[in-house]
Amino acid sequence: MALLQISEPGQSTAPHLHRLAVGIDLGTTNSLVASVRSGIADTLADGEGRHLLPSVVRYLKGADPVVGDVALAAAADDPLNTIASVKRIMGRGIDDVKTLGGTLPYEFAPGESGMPRICTAAGLYSPVEVSAEILRSLKRRAEASLGGDLSGVVITVPAYFDDSQRQATKDAGRLAGLPVLRLLNEPTAAAVAYGLDRKAEGVFAIYDLGGGTFDISILRLNRGVFEVLATAGDSALGGDDMDHAIADWMLRQAGVGVSGDPHGARRALRDARAAKHVLSQSAQAAVCVTRPDGSVWHGTLARAEFDALVNPIIERTVAPCRRVMRDAAITAADISEVVLVGGSTRMPRVRERAATIFCRTPLTDIDPDRVVAIGAAIQADILIGNKPSDEMLLLDVIPLSLGIEIMGGMVEKIIARNSTIPIAKAQDFTTFKDGQTAMAIHVVQGDRELVSDCRSLARFELRGIPPMVAGAGRIRVTFQIDADGLLSVSAQEQTSGAASSVVVKPSYGLSDAEIERMLRDSIVHAREDNDARNLREQQVDADRVVAALESALAADGDALLSAAERLEIEHKLSLLRSVRDGTDVACIRDGIDTLDRATREFAARRMDAGIRKALSGHRLDEFG
Amino acid sequence: MQANVEKNFFELFGLPVGFDVDAADLATRYRDLQRRFHPDRYANATDAERRLSLQIAAQINQGFQTLKEPLSRGRYLLALRGVSTDEETDTSMDPEFLVEQMELRESLDEARHSPPRREQLAREVDALLRTRTEFLGRSFAGGDSEALLRARELVREMQFLKKLARAIEDLEEAD
Repeated sequence: MALLQISEPGQSTAPHLHRLAVGIDLGTTNSLVASVRSGIADTLADGEGRHLLPSVVRYLKGADPVVGDVALAAAADDPLNTIASVKRIMGRGIDDVKTLGGTLPYEFAPGESGMPRICTAAGLYSPVEVSAEILRSLKRRAEASLGGDLSGVVITVPAYFDDSQRQATKDAGRLAGLPVLRLLNEPTAAAVAYGLDRKAEGVFAIYDLGGGTFDISILRLNRGVFEVLATAGDSALGGDDMDHAIADWMLRQAGVGVSGDPHGARRALRDARAAKHVLSQSAQAAVCVTRPDGSVWHGTLARAEFDALVNPIIERTVAPCRRVMRDAAITAADISEVVLVGGSTRMPRVRERAATIFCRTPLTDIDPDRVVAIGAAIQADILIGNKPSDEMLLLDVIPLSLGIEIMGGMVEKIIARNSTIPIAKAQDFTTFKDGQTAMAIHVVQGDRELVSDCRSLARFELRGIPPMVAGAGRIRVTFQIDADGLLSVSAQEQTSGAASSVVVKPSYGLSDAEIERMLRDSIVHAREDNDARNLREQQVDADRVVAALESALAADGDALLSAAERLEIEHKLSLLRSVRDGTDVACIRDGIDTLDRATREFAARRMDAGIRKALSGHRLDEFG
Repeated sequence: MQANVEKNFFELFGLPVGFDVDAADLATRYRDLQRRFHPDRYANATDAERRLSLQIAAQINQGFQTLKEPLSRGRYLLALRGVSTDEETDTSMDPEFLVEQMELRESLDEARHSPPRREQLAREVDALLRTRTEFLGRSFAGGDSEALLRARELVREMQFLKKLARAIEDLEEAD
């Protein structure tokens, strides 16, 4: 062993191989995967040199689904089995999907737990499964170009995604067999790509208009710390809406009704998108519509007409921009740079509007399609530990307030929007009946006062409250948001100390049982051995725990543990090492759990020592 | 299992317990603490350390939020000294202050559709908040029980004014 080891907390000191980590931008229209190689972050191309993977999946009867350009090419001919823009319905309920109805040509069936299923020739698929198919395709691409298994993945989500949309994205990663390290907000990823590139300091505005979502975030950069001050947006606003506006106009001009012909609608959408791209460079675009009777309408879409069609959509970005500056307590004059992200920001009209809102010319020198994936790759590389000395840290916020339903269908806010995560807030509830042993709580997300105007996240049932007279039972419920922006809940009765169990029913998510079943199905599908996969996962987990503990012992074992304590931990460590190479999954799991229990006290001491050390950099006379 | 972070927020940030907090210094300490304890720094650590880092990072965030704003800092300081502000249950306020509040609410109604008048009103409320913040600092410096009661009153009034300021902002947003 080395003579002297100095380690940052949590970073392994053992010299190890460069571990493969990637960032994935799972977009509405296109998806990308990027990685840091030889210190440079870049997106990875497929075998034919293409970086963008169209986020389109086509399901075929009796065959594997196809993803990307091949699927996209079939979209107009096979609209019902070719799923595009699935991100718009991630984490949504069947009622939300019906509201979006006109813009989505698929047929839906209700799922077991409120999540809709799309009817295809190959069966029913949830949006999570469709997204997992896209992720699998990117995983294969990354493994092929990097030459090995991936150790860690960061997936980006719009900053304005709520809890169910984030959970759905994380579930898709799990379903695709990806080791997801973190969900990262897209604007934050873009800021990382720009900020690290330029060693910038100051306040950044990130204006991100993609295919289906709009985000505006304000960040402060200070010596490697990216602090999100506020974020706002609209998770159903983007280039797709422009395509629909243009397609509707074309169909109207051709004298064709909008409804009833999915093939015609898909073709019109495809042509509308092409016209939009032409108009980013030219003053006009030629368009045509084939009518159901076979006759063809030819026309021209001029810039002025085009601007009139898309302006109402672009204008919807203005109010969130104003709100985010107010929430961040800044004015346009405080902003040092404006960054444009997302394919829709290629449009001259969008660039002009962003410039007038913030009174400055926006930055566009990193490809707006690739900047998010590049930022995610940088973060993945740091999280996996390939750059132990890096000082970069991202402090993100929760985009929408979190609350619970109280009397009269009103919302009581527990955690305010734009609170920095991770965050925990406790709320006390009292029993209102004699001998009450259970309590139901409804959690919602949003900034309106009525429950009906917010999104229902989950219903919790607290059980196991010791029976007491009314009002005597006091249950403290703790809502915790982790660094991915995901919610978890715990509860404890305060007078007796009894822990109440919390049963979570996600309003629009998948239950654990459904995910398990999908995992099994996908494995059968891939003809992979379930047991072998389980074993490999446990072994990887065991290796991670062993490496982390070895590094912690090397750094602080002598200082913080007595000889007996250290012996005890090393004993449990060698037990885990000895079962690790066996084939008994339960035995390995047990070894990990035992070691975890044995090291809790050590972990707590290390944290305490860390706090003392963190403060020792400051002037001593400040300690009161 | 718990790390010894049952310290109060001032101790967590290595600051003397008191109302005067330098905003820039607090922000630097905050970033230094998060640099060390944020869950991202523990992506490869043991499970026990990962859970603790989540817990401590949440506490650092809450501490920063609490100490950053004069109102929440004042309320927290009072709580540390055993004085509850009882904003939910105790509704008795100085009658003069209540009359002033009613007048401000009326001006808010009148300013509903006039952005310049709204801005004027926002400035007025801001000035009232700032004077109270200054008085609050002096009351805490006093430290005797009478000064603490005065501080309690100021915090309660600031809570009213903060709500009013938010109502003005909401009007701007609704425009």
